This record gives sequence, C-alpha cells and structure tokens, in this order.
Amino acid sequence: MEALNAIVALSNFVLVPAIAYGSQLALGALGVTLIYGILRFSNFAHGDTMAFGTMVAILFTWWLQSMGVSLGPLPTALLALPAAIAVTALLLLGTDRLVYRFYRAQKAVPVIMVIASFGVMLVLNGVVRLIIGPGDQRFADGERFIITALDFRRMTGLDEGLAIKTTQGLTLVTAVIVVAALFWFLNRTRTGKSMRAFSDNEDLALLSGINPERVVAITWIIVAGLAVIAGVLYGLDKSFKPFTYFQLLLPVFASAIVGGLGNPLGAIVGGYIIAFSEVGLTYAWKKVLGYLMPESLAPDGLVQLLSTDYKFAVSFVILVLVLLFRPTGLFRGKAV
Amino acid sequence: MTTRGYLLFALIPVMIIGVGTLQSWNLALAILNMGLISAIMALGVNMQWGYAGLFNIGVMGFLALGGLAAVIVSMPPVGGAWAAGGLRVLLGLAFGAATIAGAVALYKRMAPGRKRALVLAVFVVIGFFVYRAIFDPAVQAIEGYNPATSGYLGGLGLPILFAWPVGALFAAGAAWLIAKTALGLRSDYLAIATLGISEIIIAMLKNEDWLSRGVKNVVGLPRPVPYEVDLQKSPGFVDFVTGYGMDPAEGSSIAVKLAYAALFLVVLAILIWLSEKALNSPWGRMMRAIRDNETAAEAMGKDVKRRHLQVFVLGSAVIGLAGAMMTTLDGQLTPASYQPLRFTFLIWVMVIVGGSGNNWGAVLGGFFIWFFWVEVEPMGRWAMDLLTSGLAEDSALRAHLLDSAAHMRLLTMGLILLLVLRFSPRGLIPER
Repeated sequence: MEALNAIVALSNFVLVPAIAYGSQLALGALGVTLIYGILRFSNFAHGDTMAFGTMVAILFTWWLQSMGVSLGPLPTALLALPAAIAVTALLLLGTDRLVYRFYRAQKAVPVIMVIASFGVMLVLNGVVRLIIGPGDQRFADGERFIITALDFRRMTGLDEGLAIKTTQGLTLVTAVIVVAALFWFLNRTRTGKSMRAFSDNEDLALLSGINPERVVAITWIIVAGLAVIAGVLYGLDKSFKPFTYFQLLLPVFASAIVGGLGNPLGAIVGGYIIAFSEVGLTYAWKKVLGYLMPESLAPDGLVQLLSTDYKFAVSFVILVLVLLFRPTGLFRGKAV
Repeated sequence: MTTRGYLLFALIPVMIIGVGTLQSWNLALAILNMGLISAIMALGVNMQWGYAGLFNIGVMGFLALGGLAAVIVSMPPVGGAWAAGGLRVLLGLAFGAATIAGAVALYKRMAPGRKRALVLAVFVVIGFFVYRAIFDPAVQAIEGYNPATSGYLGGLGLPILFAWPVGALFAAGAAWLIAKTALGLRSDYLAIATLGISEIIIAMLKNEDWLSRGVKNVVGLPRPVPYEVDLQKSPGFVDFVTGYGMDPAEGSSIAVKLAYAALFLVVLAILIWLSEKALNSPWGRMMRAIRDNETAAEAMGKDVKRRHLQVFVLGSAVIGLAGAMMTTLDGQLTPASYQPLRFTFLIWVMVIVGGSGNNWGAVLGGFFIWFFWVEVEPMGRWAMDLLTSGLAEDSALRAHLLDSAAHMRLLTMGLILLLVLRFSPRGLIPER
C-alpha cells in the first residue's frame, strides 16, 4: 500500500508533468533540429516563432469562442491550429524570402545566419508584444481534468490522488501523432527523402536534381507546424506569456543539442531527458520518500535538490556534460 | 578614422544637445551617461566578437556580476547577519568548491571505466548533501536576520569606485570558468552555453537572498559623487547655479549627472586607448589572424586555444566593469530588471551596427543604439498618434495601438540589425 501510494505520488508530481513538458520540448526541439539539418544554422528566433504562432492561435480561439463554436470537452484552440499554422508558415516563408535567402545565396558562414536570426527574434518579439501585449493570456477551455485527484482517491481507495489534466493527455496524444506523421513523411515520402538527402550531403543532393529552394520552403512549413503545435500545447498546459516563450529557447536548444543537432530522433529523446531532469531535480521528494522509508528514517526537510528557480541550471548542466563527453550529442548529430 | 567616422561622431553632441534643448537637459545627460556605459559594454563584446570571433550571448550575466560586485564592495557589512551564519556560509561554499575540485581530481587520477563513474557519482552525491547540510542552516539564519531591512551579509563598506575593478575581476573569473569548459565548442554551442550561464547568474541573484537580497533588491548604494540634497544646501553651489539662471534643484541634478559623465568618460578614454594599442600591436594582428583563419594561425605556431581564453576573459572583464558602473549609476541592484533582450541582444545590435572589429565603431554603435532605444518610445508614440489620428477618440484599436507604442523598441532594433547586416554588414565604421 505504501509503495503504491509512493508510485501514485511520483506519477502525479513528476511523471505526468514531465511527460507533458517533455513532449512540448521535443516538438520544439524537432523544429530547431530540422532547421539546423537543412538550413545549417541555429535559429534563435524559434522561441519567438512559437510565441507568434500561439498568439495567432489565441486570436483565432477568441474569435471562435465569440462565434459560440466549441469542441465540447476539448479546448477550442485545437480548431484554431490549422489557421495558426498557415499564418505562421506564411510568416516563416516571408522571413526566409526577405532575410535568410540572401545569406544562403552568398554562402555566408552560419554565424551570420545566427545573427540574422537575432534580428528576426527581436522583430517577432516586438510584433507579438505589439499585438497581444506582454502579459499573461489563458485560453484553455473545455474539460479541465481527465481524472481529478479526488475521483482517483475514491476509485482506488489510496491516500494519494492522481490528477491528469486534459491538456496533459492532449499533449501526449498530439505529440505522438505529430511525431509519427513527421517520421513517416521523412522516411517514406519522396519529398521527405529528398530533405534527408539534402541534409546529409547538399552537393550530392543538388547533383541528383533536388530543388534546394523547394526543400527549404517545405522545411519552413513543417517547422511552422511543429512550432505552433508545441507553442499551443505549452500555452494550454501552462499559460501564454511572450517572455516565457523566449526563455523556452534554452531548454529547447538543450534538448536538440543533447540529442544531437540535426537528428530528429535525438531531439525527442533530448526533450524527455531535459524535462525529466528538470522536474525530478526541482521536485520536493519528501512525500515519496516518506512512503518508501521506514517511519524513523523519514526525511525532515523537503528533500528538494534545487529550488524551482534553478530549472535553467538543470538543462544547462546536462547540456554542458553532454557537450564535454560526447560533443555531437547522444545520437551523433552533425557538425557544420 | 576616416572623415565619415569623424562626421558620425560629431552627430553625438548634436543629438545630445538636441534632446537637451527640445526635451530636457536632465534627459539628455541621462542618455549621455548610459550611452557612455553602453559604449564600454560594446567595447567588451567587440573584443570577443570583433577581434576573435567568439560568440558570447551571455552579456547580461557578466553585467549582473559587475552589479553584484558593487553591492559586495560598497554596502556596509551587516554585523548581525555575519554573527548569525557568515562564517558557516563561507565554510559551506569552500566545501562545495572542494567537492568539485575533488571530483575533477578523481576524474583525472582514476582509470576510465565503470569503477570511476561509480566512485565519482557516490563522491559527488555525498558531497552535495554534506554541502547542503552545512550551507542551508546558515542561509536560513542570515535571511532570518532583520529580513525587512537586511537579511543578507552586506558588503565590505569600501568606496564604490573600488567596485569597478572588482566587478571586472568577478566577470573575468566567471568567464575563465566558462571558457575552460565551453570555449573548445563550436560557435553556436558556445552561444547557447553563455546564454545558459547568464540565465543561471540572474537566477542566482534572484534567489540567493543571503548574498544580494534577491528580488527584495539592494537600494541606496553609496555614491562616488555628491548627493543633490547636499549640493542644494551648500550656499556656494546655489549661488553658482542661480548665477546661470537655473533653479537649485535642477542645477544640482545636472551637476551630479555631469560628475558621473566625467567619471565614465575617463574610464571610456582609458579603455579605448588600451584597446586601440592592443588591436594595433602584434597581439591584435595575431588575434585577427586567428579569427580569419584558425588553421593557418595554428600552423604558424599560435596557441589558438589560449588566445581565445585570454580574449574571452578580457572582454568579459570589460563587460563586468560596465556592469559595476551601471549599478553605481542606478544606485541600486534590482536582479529582476536584467532582461536578455535589453542587456544581451541590444549590446549585440550596438556592436554589429557600429562595425564589428573596430573599437571606435563599437563606441559609436553604443551611443547611437542607446539614443534610439530611449528616443524610439516618444517617436513611436508620435508615429502612432499620427497613424491613428483618423480613428475616433474612443476607438478600442486606437487605445490599443497607443498603449503598445512602448513595444516599438524591440521591433525597431530588430529592423535596424537586419538592415545593417544586409546592406552594410561591416557597420557604420568598418574595420580597416
């Protein structure tokens, strides 16, 4: 019984939140890693792209809500996703046309592209704040919980409750569908294969008649989809605030680099590694340990290894350790 | 410098005087003071990026370390807090450092393998818990001492001007640690690593209340210049300013700002003289050679890794110095005000716009971009007024647009960066 309680408490406070957060990070990291693989630069505007897409989704959601449209128990934001992805894709294609294409044609060094992405980041940041303001926005509606802590206790008779938010379940399901679709696309379709070929060896791909501009355009569209989905899921789960999305850049990049930049599978694994370590190290283990240890040994303090404010430090330390001992990441990413 | 350079520099006094006559002299001098500090920040980033091509986007963290130095050097020590747990905190920190040093020694001494990993893990975990056992009670005791007014250890009570070199030392120390671990990495990995470090430093300042009072802020830092109130009390000063037809309140605040400007100008002049000397010496030529072709420089027998380490530490020290100066000017340390867009990416815009690799360019970029950063807001408001003049007075859209004029800043800075990078990638004053 004690052990069961411990497992339930662990799932409630660590496993479930970490799985949801990890899925969001993985989707974000996939976007970063695809850009790196195909366009060969680290896109610092990715966090703000996520913020922009989420903002568009929120605006559509508000419009739908004002029309009285809803998805019943599911959040209305899901209905707004396609439109938000379309708008964000147009934006990204626009920035590519106006900013990045010039440097690509010049064969500029990647660092210049990174600095250009600083500029895009500042502009997007300004646009988002201009349109929706710097404050917090909540846009989740529908059923809040799949199962509440109270129901769980009543059902099982345990002391500990397990609450699963709708948004957490939704995040996992959506992430699985999106990742499956992405891998199917990359591995099974002609376009996907041409993208991988382009990523592996640009010159060879050009020789075999692959149109680079088409590959780049498709990459941006896919990245728009990934960024918007990741951003909306994160916003539904927590809340939307432009600055938080900018700060997501660090864990997202850490996930992509830990997995190996340019490697999609690595991005997913990296996302979960970062999320589990962040949640695990900042969680106060007192409750779980209290169930597992004999009464006399039960800890006095909170047994929290790090205060939650240091969560950036966790992604950072993992990042540095991986870079020191395995510089190309766990899954052999590429180096430009 | 070319004629173009001189002309551009001549614009700075024009802009300052323009603000002085059109808006107010107080604002003009405030822009000048922060412009001088921004120029020093840009000089530091320019050393790393312009001389050596190192990609540091952790500027904010080094600035904050400089600010911390200002607190630690200048605030009076809090005796009660020291008695409550000062020595124990130092002991805890020493133990933590010893644990890390021990772990590194173990890693180097033992043969690679599962045994080493296991021993290392056990050593680090035990070390961590002992460290927390020593450290935590001391922190609680210190933070419990008079939390409303102190709740931290205070500083050394020295004149605040000493904090400037100490700020540089703090930043240099942090930079050395980062460089030792991350400089060997590729450029964008170094960028992410520095971004992470700067976020951690800010998190530390916000949470380690025993050190910096956290988000409760340290206010009322001592000043290197006289206080306005004292000036207004001195009859000689009052006679002097009324002789120029100014009222004593305004005159005193202008006098204080001018005194700061003189101090900052001296520092900037020394730094720019040193960096020009360095850049035009064999050392500077070697740095540029390394930047332009690492492989060739290495083949010529240059120790690329050491030179990178050296210039990274130097540049960070300059940024730390600027951070201490900024906190001195503000008279307070407010960890929550450190925002990466303002304190990291804006400095980068300064360097790129001014001309990376050129010290004068960095200084010019620092002034120009800071000027626009301040002035874009009134300009944006004016533009929005003009744009929305066709809309009804009570229109919601108009109100929203007028409210968000403040966010025009980031947008403008991003556009300036993109335009300069595209059409004049070498900046306003290009490197020779």
